[in-house]
Amino acid sequence: MARAAVLGRLTWQVATLTATRDETATAKTLVLDVPGWPGHLAGQHVDVRLTAPDGYTAERSYSIASPPDGDRLELTVQRIADGEVSPYLTETLEAGDQLELRGPIGGWFVWDPDSAAPVLLVAGGSGVVPLMSMIRARARAGSGNKVPFRLIYSVRTPADALYADELTKRARDDSLGLSYVYTRMAPPGGPAPGRISATVIASAGWPARSPEPPAVFVCGPTGFVEAAARLLIDAGHAPARIKTERFGPTGT
Amino acid sequence: MRTVDALDGNAIGGLLREVFRAEMTAAPGTCVACGTTAPVAEAVVYLRAPGTVVRCRTCGSLLMVFVRKEGMTCVDLRGLAALDAPPA
Repeated sequence: MARAAVLGRLTWQVATLTATRDETATAKTLVLDVPGWPGHLAGQHVDVRLTAPDGYTAERSYSIASPPDGDRLELTVQRIADGEVSPYLTETLEAGDQLELRGPIGGWFVWDPDSAAPVLLVAGGSGVVPLMSMIRARARAGSGNKVPFRLIYSVRTPADALYADELTKRARDDSLGLSYVYTRMAPPGGPAPGRISATVIASAGWPARSPEPPAVFVCGPTGFVEAAARLLIDAGHAPARIKTERFGPTGT
Repeated sequence: MRTVDALDGNAIGGLLREVFRAEMTAAPGTCVACGTTAPVAEAVVYLRAPGTVVRCRTCGSLLMVFVRKEGMTCVDLRGLAALDAPPA
């Protein structure tokens, strides 16, 4: 199954927008119908291509937020104010409209649902999107079969957190470990705003030296990923167990 | 002006599929300059250089350059001593 999802010729396919969901004031989930979608692995992305009437094209990569689910695919797009593609996807595109995409892409930053290792997910901002696909894929496993998952999620303010309600629910019903780091404004009564730190990694992560060393996935802006990866290595996690994915302004 | 952060090899999974007809982000590549072997996903990638530029995360040397021109993709792999198939 894993191979089927990553091999084969990569061709542009037409997807139809069937619905949208507001995730925050500036992020929207696009629910797409992609006839003949070959399936995907949690963590993979797609390339989206827009073509202007004059033939000019713009391509961007977006992580898949949904678990494998037939022809249905969900992408969560963070709107970048001066972006070229994201404002169109989040503000102009309407249900019934079509766009071109190709994928699934990537075989490195993926979670294998057959792996027994506990998983630590570390997200900065919209870097949570591919990690959400992993969380959702795990939620589908039988209740006796769920490997332990923990998420450390760094956001500027509570209002910037994607999937906040669903994450709370999965923490309650699905034994997902969930810790937030607020960098600009924290909810009243909690710790003051701050950056991800050795203390956070120690208290909200997994011990690096355990019988089954955890698999670690870090995704976010480049600076966040570098900082988090350094902290994880300092905490004793083997670099080979840490998989990273960086995105930046080019992902607009 | 906004500075453009470097990304990583995950960002060129689609481009690599076009060129190699295979999933290559998990493929181990070896840097000519420093000898480090690491998955392509971990390389430093600049998408908005003239062309797409891929550098070694250990020593910064150029590994690969991809330039699209008139429907063709020109590929320069001189910075790679080896590029293996990704692990099955």
